[in-house]
Amino acid sequence: MSAPLSTPAPGRPTGTLETSPRRRRSNAFSGGNPLVYGVALVVVVATLGPVVYAVLGGFRSNAQLAADPVSLPDPWITSNFVNVLTSGAFWRYALNSTLIALATTAIVTLFGVMAAYPLARYQFKGRGVLTMIFTLGLLFPLTVAIIPLFLMIRDLGLTNSMWGVVLPQAAFALPMTMVILRPFLMALPKELEEAAMLDGTSRVGFFWRILLPLSGPGMVTVGVLAFVASWNAYLLPLLILSDPRAQTLPLGVANFSSQYAQDTAGVLAFTSVAMIPALVFFLAMEKRIVSGLQGAVKG
Amino acid sequence: MADDVTAPVGPHADAATSPHAGAASRTTREAAPAAGGGARRRGPLSASARKRLEILFFVAPAMALFVVFIVTPVVQAVRYSAFNWNGLGPLDDFVGLQNYANALRDTIFTDAVLNNFFIIAASIAIQLPLGLAIALLLNREIWGRTALRVIIFVPYVLAEVVAGVIWFMLLQPRGIMDALFATVGLEEYTQLWLGDPDIALFTVMVVLTWKYVGLAIILFLAGLQGVPADLYEAAQLDGASWWQVQRRITIPLLGPTIRTWGFLSMIGSLQLFDMVWILTKGGPANSTMTMAVYLINQGTNRSLYGYASAVAVILFVISLVLAALYQYFILRRDNPDAPQPRKARR
Repeated sequence: MSAPLSTPAPGRPTGTLETSPRRRRSNAFSGGNPLVYGVALVVVVATLGPVVYAVLGGFRSNAQLAADPVSLPDPWITSNFVNVLTSGAFWRYALNSTLIALATTAIVTLFGVMAAYPLARYQFKGRGVLTMIFTLGLLFPLTVAIIPLFLMIRDLGLTNSMWGVVLPQAAFALPMTMVILRPFLMALPKELEEAAMLDGTSRVGFFWRILLPLSGPGMVTVGVLAFVASWNAYLLPLLILSDPRAQTLPLGVANFSSQYAQDTAGVLAFTSVAMIPALVFFLAMEKRIVSGLQGAVKG
Repeated sequence: MADDVTAPVGPHADAATSPHAGAASRTTREAAPAAGGGARRRGPLSASARKRLEILFFVAPAMALFVVFIVTPVVQAVRYSAFNWNGLGPLDDFVGLQNYANALRDTIFTDAVLNNFFIIAASIAIQLPLGLAIALLLNREIWGRTALRVIIFVPYVLAEVVAGVIWFMLLQPRGIMDALFATVGLEEYTQLWLGDPDIALFTVMVVLTWKYVGLAIILFLAGLQGVPADLYEAAQLDGASWWQVQRRITIPLLGPTIRTWGFLSMIGSLQLFDMVWILTKGGPANSTMTMAVYLINQGTNRSLYGYASAVAVILFVISLVLAALYQYFILRRDNPDAPQPRKARR
């Protein structure tokens, strides 16, 4: 139902196609003017303000923050950041987040592309039904299943284990993955398969040796979406990972901020350090994220 | 499904007959007489048995994950919802629909449902005009355009928890928000942003807008790139003003993007948890309670697993009904007179 998708133009975000001089000229129709730059400035300040405040706040002392909330660090203090970076807790959270996100991404990408292959390129009875089942998964948010999931993970003895988070996350990322990958695989030219078959390659061999390498761009898009979702996830880890040694960065940030609520500068430093690597990576991947989301949004 | 027609032989019949956008680019199709035979030749197994095994091999891992971690819990939620159960011991205290009745009678829960509806409506009412206005203004070649798009995306890629903690700090009494108000002379308007039951929900709404309007802008900007340049030129030649072009050409053509963004926004609002949990935990006085926060409170904090499951089922039904209504009344417009509606869905 929520998947009225068309092919998400594999490998290239829509819209970059038109770079003809005509296009450029017509954009100049409404070229930059002071109003536009004014709006852009307001947007930038409103968007980055809180983030910059957090980073700068990390360079101040609590006394500075209390005396004058709106001010630059004076003097610049690095001890908050040093404390975070030398604490074992931060690195453990970061490591857990990384492992969980990587495992989730690997599983969802591999299983997703495997399942999408027959659904995209085989003809068999029940194909439509099977596709529909996976697509219907989009309708079931994690929130709806969270209580039984929590009990099931507990009974499986996976509480405080990374797999207790990885497997459900991978499962809930599957529907979107299939919805993006299936049209992608369908769009690959059928001549590839013909050539491979003529050379005596089986369909399984075709999958591993030809299809998998070719679906790289689609898998990267899907993988980035799964990685971001896992990295930012809070609800499932909150219920599954109660042992601080197993917890992820979002849990770490939330814990730190409530445990050391009085240490505003410390919390801001911790939060800043937690967000910056992800921010850099995700922004570098912006094109992929947007094209993935567009795949989900396209009517 | 549309492409589940009587199976032609061979692995490629599928790719050749199924409708999808990519098909247009492959106008020349040659018949593949040899391919079917090639698949049939190998092994002692018959071609169809072998094919079935292959399908099983490819689909089984995903299907297993899907069944164990999505289907089973959802079915269990429905089952648990009919029992009074604390998660331990046997599931034997059958109460029928009592949990549902209790939930619908609890004003904290019904207020939470209303809060979710408010958040859906306010998200769309605020982010649509704001996002559209910013996207239309920025859809031109200005200096620093690439950097601008990246910056706009920053709040969206931040974890809700991280954004929540930062805003929690900003909004503390005598924090930076109050200081900013004082600087511009609005001291008397400072509030207990997160502590006043009459205000907290609006504060949460502001933070949500900050977090998610960037997504709207980025999607709208991407949609705007799909508007053919010729249309602008034609309108320009006809003497249309900038505003006329936006209103008559750009916004209507952006319709599908806007409608599907609205769908994503609605679904997100229905499941809102992280941000509220960090900012207010549903308080003060339950004024920012959402269905998901209520569910977690009742479930994991009070061990009322049967009751929480009933709440989860209600949440699901509400989402489903809203999704269906949205699909029927709003998204349907995007393929109104498609000659083959089932194919057009793909």
